[in-house]
Amino acid sequence: MIIRRPPDIPSSEITPEHVYVNRRAFIKAAVSAGTAGMAMGPAVLAGAEPAQSQEIPERFARLRSELDEPLNTYEAVTTYNNFYEFGTSKDDPHRNSGDFRPRPWKVRIGGEVAKPGDYDLDDLLTGLTMEDRVYRLRCVEAWSMVVPWYGFPLSRLIDRVEPTGNARYLEFKTVVRPEEMPGQRAPILNWPYVEGLRMDEARHPLTILATGLYGMDLPNQNGAPLRLVVPWKYGFKSIKSIVSIDFVEEMPMNTWQRQNSFEYGFYANVNPEVSHPRWSQARETRLPGLFKDFETMMFNGYADQVESLYAGMDLTRWK
Amino acid sequence: MSPKRAVLALKGLLWLGALAPGAWLLHGVFRGALGVNPIEKLTHVTGMTALVLLMLTLAISPFRRLTGWNPIIRLRRPMGLFAFFYALAHFSIWFVFDMVFNVQWMLEDIAERRFITVGMAALLVLTPLAVTSTRGWIRRLGKRWATLHKGVYVATALGVVHYFWLVKADTRLPLAFAAGLVALLVARLPRFRASAAR
Repeated sequence: MIIRRPPDIPSSEITPEHVYVNRRAFIKAAVSAGTAGMAMGPAVLAGAEPAQSQEIPERFARLRSELDEPLNTYEAVTTYNNFYEFGTSKDDPHRNSGDFRPRPWKVRIGGEVAKPGDYDLDDLLTGLTMEDRVYRLRCVEAWSMVVPWYGFPLSRLIDRVEPTGNARYLEFKTVVRPEEMPGQRAPILNWPYVEGLRMDEARHPLTILATGLYGMDLPNQNGAPLRLVVPWKYGFKSIKSIVSIDFVEEMPMNTWQRQNSFEYGFYANVNPEVSHPRWSQARETRLPGLFKDFETMMFNGYADQVESLYAGMDLTRWK
Repeated sequence: MSPKRAVLALKGLLWLGALAPGAWLLHGVFRGALGVNPIEKLTHVTGMTALVLLMLTLAISPFRRLTGWNPIIRLRRPMGLFAFFYALAHFSIWFVFDMVFNVQWMLEDIAERRFITVGMAALLVLTPLAVTSTRGWIRRLGKRWATLHKGVYVATALGVVHYFWLVKADTRLPLAFAAGLVALLVARLPRFRASAAR
């Protein structure tokens, strides 16, 4: 048996010194704890600005990834992505998500846990410390961006609900609301969208649940109000608008594997040496660049921290 | 309107319609208005335009037989040539930005990725058709010209397969193209030609 060293997160990936909280979580905490919220200092107020203002907090002006990569702009991150629930073109999520209502929101926690239940999202977030996390996002379609997510480690939530010894995998589901999500009115994928993680992947310190980006609440098109972010896997693993998390014994059947098991597997780790059957994964277009000349990195550049999770596994087979 | 003037008017419309997507793309390039991934947009729009123009080119003969209006045939050559130029632009954008001028990468992709193999094959079939579309070549090739230019069916079919194999999940539009192509092929069957001529 291999004993893993706990992976380190480079300090540059975490906003230094400051602690930011989500606007709503902050308001809630401030209301329930009187003035205690103020003890967190002025940084809290920076993070507490209303998302509607679309004013990007100043701390992002010079923020870069741990590999010194610049962030993609807020506009790029929020107008170009895949979210088939709103349509299959990459500007569809931005264009077609205006009717979506991310509040009120409940998350059903079920399966092998001591504390199952329907949790109101705002209750679930209370007391959690929110952080900026600058991650590369590598789409399976061979384009990539650098995104400053805003969220908390998934492990914090896992600890709260106390999984039993039988919980080996997590199964996540996206909300089904064809009346608000026009892409769901056609049987393009098998709705609801399902994704899964192995327990050790889910507990890994790089794995976060995001409630925002650029320090502001997640826009609908990016998976409001709660989404997964697993930076060493292709983007489709990072499921959006999560309404349920089940702790299960068996490996979940995720949507893209169900759609085409020849092309997509459960793990979907970024791997330049394993081609998608229809295109190479060796290179990517790092947007806003025009040329597909950026060499894709093993585990999307996070190999130091995550490769031990897959020690001894044949990554060409477990794609 | 005399047939001659009608053909002239239709040709004008064809030029406008066929140049519009290219003009829109160029305008977008210079204004930076093609979105976050302009290369993807350029690739998709040029490919889609090529495919639509190929289908329309194939529809001209059945239209002529159905309506008995023969002058329409004069639109076939410019339409086919527009289709070829969009296909060529589609390939060039891919070679420059996705393959980064690397011929070895290009050959590997053509050999290993079946949707690229068929797309490349479609362009290779179209190229001699574009070259031999002039009056001089029509004269020189005689009867063989018509046989050679049946290749446009092959190229269109390859283009539809290329599109079908490239989409990830939503195959509705590629299937619609496939259905259209089947309808155009059925329209060529001798039975339908005879009944239309009656």
